[in-house]
Amino acid sequence: MSKLTISVRKFDAVIVGAGGAGLRAAIQLSEAGLKTAVLSKVFPTRSHTVAAQGGVSASLGNSEEDHWHWHMYDTVKGSDWLGDQDAIEYMCRKAPEAVVELEHFGMPFDRTDEGKIYQRPFGGHMSNFGEKPVRRACAAADRTGHAMLHALYQRNVRANTQFFVEWMALDLIRDAEGHVLGIIALEMETGDIVAFHAKATIFATGGAGRIYYSSTNAFINTGDGLGMAARAGIALEDMEFWQFHPTGVAGAGVLITEGVRGEGGILRNSDNERFMERYAPNAKDLASRDVVSRAMVTEINEGRGCGPHKDFVLLDITHLDPATIMKRLPGIREISIQFAGIDPIKAPIPVVPTCHYQMGGVPTNYHGQVVNADGTTVPGFYAAGEVACASVHGANRLGTNSLLDLLVFGKASGDSVVESVKKNAVAHKDLPADFADQTLARLNRLNTQKSGASVNETRLEMQRTMQKHCGVFRFKDMLEEGVRKICEVEKAVRLTEIGDKSNTWNTARVEALELDNLIEVAKSTMVSAEARKESRGAHVRDDAPDTAANPNGRDDEKWLKHSLWHRETNTLSYKPVTLTPLSVESIALKTRAY
Amino acid sequence: MATETMQFKIYRYDPDKDSAPYMQDISIEVDHAIDRKLLDVLTKIKAKDDSLSYRRSCREGICGSDAMNINGRNGLACLTEISELKQPVVLRPLPGLPVIRDLIVDMTQFFKQYHSIKPYLINDTPPPERERLQTPEDREELNGLYECILCACCSTSCPSFWWNPDKFVGPAGLLNAYRFIADTRDEATNARLDDLEDPYRLFRCHTIMNCVEVCPKGLNPTMAIGKIKEMMVRRAI
Repeated sequence: MSKLTISVRKFDAVIVGAGGAGLRAAIQLSEAGLKTAVLSKVFPTRSHTVAAQGGVSASLGNSEEDHWHWHMYDTVKGSDWLGDQDAIEYMCRKAPEAVVELEHFGMPFDRTDEGKIYQRPFGGHMSNFGEKPVRRACAAADRTGHAMLHALYQRNVRANTQFFVEWMALDLIRDAEGHVLGIIALEMETGDIVAFHAKATIFATGGAGRIYYSSTNAFINTGDGLGMAARAGIALEDMEFWQFHPTGVAGAGVLITEGVRGEGGILRNSDNERFMERYAPNAKDLASRDVVSRAMVTEINEGRGCGPHKDFVLLDITHLDPATIMKRLPGIREISIQFAGIDPIKAPIPVVPTCHYQMGGVPTNYHGQVVNADGTTVPGFYAAGEVACASVHGANRLGTNSLLDLLVFGKASGDSVVESVKKNAVAHKDLPADFADQTLARLNRLNTQKSGASVNETRLEMQRTMQKHCGVFRFKDMLEEGVRKICEVEKAVRLTEIGDKSNTWNTARVEALELDNLIEVAKSTMVSAEARKESRGAHVRDDAPDTAANPNGRDDEKWLKHSLWHRETNTLSYKPVTLTPLSVESIALKTRAY
Repeated sequence: MATETMQFKIYRYDPDKDSAPYMQDISIEVDHAIDRKLLDVLTKIKAKDDSLSYRRSCREGICGSDAMNINGRNGLACLTEISELKQPVVLRPLPGLPVIRDLIVDMTQFFKQYHSIKPYLINDTPPPERERLQTPEDREELNGLYECILCACCSTSCPSFWWNPDKFVGPAGLLNAYRFIADTRDEATNARLDDLEDPYRLFRCHTIMNCVEVCPKGLNPTMAIGKIKEMMVRRAI
């Protein structure tokens, strides 16, 4: 890579990422006439939103009575009270409108007999403040994410959105006053480095599930937005909270939607027992994901796993009508045949909890504006979707709330940008003289590194460390050792070496740059997890057990607060949880049971 | 099943250093218990030689990134069972599109054709406050159409698309055109049919049916094309 020069292009706004959140934001900007650049490492319809299966939540009440307030209650309870109640109210109130709008865009939802959007039950979604399961997940068979992503892309084609496809954002441009002025990006086809100078920057880069060895996430989910934000001095929020989806295909990691249990699927152990009845007598198999994943791991740890190594449980839908499976779960059948070698009409699917979703991320308010540790907003910087932490998911996300999150906050961030750029007529601030130094130094280092570490080996070491030291159940000593280990891995990441030096479509370079981002996520996760000395939602530790004083090991007195990880100092600070919603009464703290 | 040394022949071309493309012979140890799909083995090969370039993302057949020509047939690497492949396994980029590097092709022409069919719902009636209603039967008409992942396996296996990629919409584009024609919520059926009633855009399809043969999602573009033709005939009489 000889040509380390940078050209500068000016836009009103730049959106990084073209999954659901980025595309939803782009519609707002394009339709408002802003000169917008949308960058994506992959063609938009290949973004990971495409893999979402079961549904998007909205209290449409198409099959039975429902209310946004019940949805809000479920989301707060699901979050184990770590979610911010203003953002949660905002999201749940906006949900019906967001979903109906998608239908108007052309999304092919399944239909009820009356022709309305089809809804199915999902984990943790209940009617009347936690009473009994309710049909709230709006679905297009078990391909909801695919149908949604394509509909959003199509709407952008109609709006003439300008895409930069197969461009990887490398760093945020931030001046001395803390204003965000755009990004520096790599065109993968040519190796060119270009600065996108913008009045507003929206991060919609998705999650970083690839920090774990076993993950439902795509290869591209490398936390690029988190790495860029951390390097630019933005603290990362609640990074210790990772969702392990109960049903990844054993051995392959590929996702099997919770919608399978929504349609009547049952988890069974080696005794053929429906074990969830013991862990969640009311919601059973449709309890929250963290609860189900822990139950499964407990079953396996106590010797009731299935298979020759007793290391998975079974997801059984053989009792369902094959016609229902073909109609409502055709994609799951395909995946089971492809990746488990099993036709679920005839035999149960082997499943294990698998890393799936990052609840934490770049701190934002419910307008999609990024916020500093002191609560002020970062001028020019917005984030939405999995990269962001609004925080609507708190310590554990409810199924189907991710697709809702990206719709509602994708739009909110877009609206905030339109307002800022158009109404306030913000001008481009000058780029600082040294704006590209950090990025060019990183690229130069990579091009000239000798006797360095292999990207592949280093990434594997990181993934194995995360898997072993920071999984479904966490242990004090393992976390402490994990922090030491991940800092060792970080040293190797700083010295990675690539063999391929070509300028044309250099995937080795891309993977090395992705690893620079992954390690920030892994480190922030391990450090935040080690520090949080309680059990809450998806973060459960052996030294914070269920006691009378602290039911489920949750310690509200000390730990009802958001973690903020600061990269420069590798330290944590904390900020309070917003317990006051926008218009209704606060949902009071309660012990979580399903 | 144990481990096995498998033989590959992979198309290589890096314009930065190669004057011409060549086929590279590669032997690789494959553990059939773990390396079940072609993509798993490609990942293994790439771990040894990081210059091998191909697209990939979801590894479960839903994003459409890793389409390539596998032993002469287009398919997705992530859905191709490694144990079923005849050796040496010959991997080439998708045919008919310009090669950028190794197994990565320039898909501009393919997406241009997709965009040309106006792949979005056209309905200028102000929408109701709630969702537009659609009967389950009408919705069922979209099955086998909306599932397209734009991997380009079909269009790049179609001789008509090879000869006229700039004029023939190709199977993927036409399948998507019919996805909107078949949608009871879409109001532009006539305009869509007008746009396709052209010796090249639609009528270059000679029902060779390679598209149906290779679609990794089991979709049937030829049938969709047939239905478009049928509608043209029906509205003419």
